[in-house]
Amino acid sequence: MSLLERPRPTPSATRGGRKRAALLGRAPQDTPAGFWTYLLLALSTLFAAFPLYWMFVISTSTDEATSQLPPVVVPGDQFLVNLDEVFSLQDVYFAASLVNSVIVSTVVTASVLFFCSLAGFAFAKLRFRGSRPLMLFVILTLTVPNQLGVVALYIVMGKLGWNGTLLAVIVPGLVTAFGVFYMRQFIVNTVPDELVESARVDGATTMRVYWNIVLPAVRPALAVLGLLTFVATWNDFQWPLITLNGTDYPTSMVAISDLASGNYVIYRRVLAGAFVATIPLLIMLVIGGRQIVRGIMEGAVKS
Amino acid sequence: MPTTRAAPEPATRRPRPSPGRSMTWRDRLHRFDMRYVPYLMIAPFFLLFFVFGLFPMVFNGVVALRHWRLDDPELTGWAGFANFSRLFTDGDFGNALYNTFGIFLLSTVPQLLLALIIASLLNRRLRAQTWWRVGALLPYITPITASTLVFNVFFSRDLGMANWALGLIGIGTENPIDWRADKLHSWIAIATMVNWKWIGYNALLYLAAMQSIPRDVYEASALDGAGPWRQLWRITVPMIRPVVIFTVVLSTIGGLQLFTEPMLFDLNAQAATGGAGGEWQTVAQLIYKVGWKDLNLGYAAAMSWALFLIILVVAALNTLLTNRISGGRK
Repeated sequence: MSLLERPRPTPSATRGGRKRAALLGRAPQDTPAGFWTYLLLALSTLFAAFPLYWMFVISTSTDEATSQLPPVVVPGDQFLVNLDEVFSLQDVYFAASLVNSVIVSTVVTASVLFFCSLAGFAFAKLRFRGSRPLMLFVILTLTVPNQLGVVALYIVMGKLGWNGTLLAVIVPGLVTAFGVFYMRQFIVNTVPDELVESARVDGATTMRVYWNIVLPAVRPALAVLGLLTFVATWNDFQWPLITLNGTDYPTSMVAISDLASGNYVIYRRVLAGAFVATIPLLIMLVIGGRQIVRGIMEGAVKS
Repeated sequence: MPTTRAAPEPATRRPRPSPGRSMTWRDRLHRFDMRYVPYLMIAPFFLLFFVFGLFPMVFNGVVALRHWRLDDPELTGWAGFANFSRLFTDGDFGNALYNTFGIFLLSTVPQLLLALIIASLLNRRLRAQTWWRVGALLPYITPITASTLVFNVFFSRDLGMANWALGLIGIGTENPIDWRADKLHSWIAIATMVNWKWIGYNALLYLAAMQSIPRDVYEASALDGAGPWRQLWRITVPMIRPVVIFTVVLSTIGGLQLFTEPMLFDLNAQAATGGAGGEWQTVAQLIYKVGWKDLNLGYAAAMSWALFLIILVVAALNTLLTNRISGGRK
């Protein structure tokens, strides 16, 4: 139905009727949220935040707090005590595991940013034979569930002698299809062709164009991709468990799962460890929340 | 390339160097830069993908056709389809498949419906808009290992918060639910964790799509007197159908490979059995157990291939189904 046919609310309509008509014609994003919207959103945010908050509460409490009902919601004063216990556990290597996670996530993130923006630039702005089919190939690999190759990956890593070392968790993640795709989309839209070509005419090499023109222009996209990559790498569990379990070089996720296995699990200790391993991500969300939100939402519209 | 396009006769603008000695060092560099550097720039991705992505996938097929045990390196040779045919009679595999689908249904359907509702709430004009969105992502950035351990305490039988909350509304006050004793309850517990983790993320995907719906679509709809609820189902959902299908495919791929939650829900996590009687053992978990606890990599590889095929089929079916439900023509 076209807009022209829309019957205008007559001036004689009642106040309530006019209000209702005005409200209904508006797109949701132009409608101010009412009391119920805020209430429901507050409840769902509470639901999202509570497990995290409670993890913190238990990590600051004594054993009794874990099973107290109604649940304890005020933090205690035992955080340092619990933390000390976690760090001094003999065969969990918790402190080392945090260092390992920092190394793995930082190296992977830095490498993803560099190689993905490089490849994204090539696909977005350079003309070379086969660039279209190759890009299509990259997109296709996005749909392959890579967890399904773990058995063979383990054998490959065995041949390389990398099982049980950080190389096994770092190297496969150094460039990702998602990163290449994401950077390409961003560069296509933000770096003008003329800019690249005029630099070329001035005699700049491809790498110089990348360094001086492309990298400064794609900083916002690098922030988004970096945050998403860091979070995903830090949280990865299955493959690190397979290749690092039982070694002296666990990542923090593997170490946490170690803390939680055994006949008698002390939750204030386990959750203190879990909380410490979550802190870096909470900091990222506070600092870069806006970017993470944008990254996820942009990904949705483009795919 | 830019030069050839700008000038009809390339030779007039840039004297074409005759191949061989007369080519200057600069020309060679330029030629190399234009022809080969792009390939060097994309090479790292392809190299890494072939070595650690594609090759393992293919090699997985080879391993599945062989005897391959971690505890017996002497045992080699082709197994033919023995590893595959064993799948059909393996009660553990059948059980794991059943559990995986059970948990998958209990998590995907509520997850996407709730995400849709939250997205439509977030789609209103809100104060502190960004912070509501960031709040929705709290579960997304939380490590699954960490959140699963918290939920483990919630779902303990005797003094767990889940039973306490249910008790408040009069459920299970006589016999508190033992969340680890049977299939349905353990599935619900695990599905709750999965839902908690992904609702906000999916809500943001939907929100992004909702914001790109043209405003006049809503203006036209007011004629029919459609309220917000009908508006959501009659206009919004059909308009964001591609993203709905995308999330269904994503949750199918993720949900059928569920690993961390069922692993750590088990108080004896290292055994990877998913409960004393395999009540909630998923296929991904069984692959881990067969490969690295029973040390039978050949059989684990065959299982991975089977799971891969199942994921493909289910993802395709779900795409069709979602397309129908959300208002597609065919």
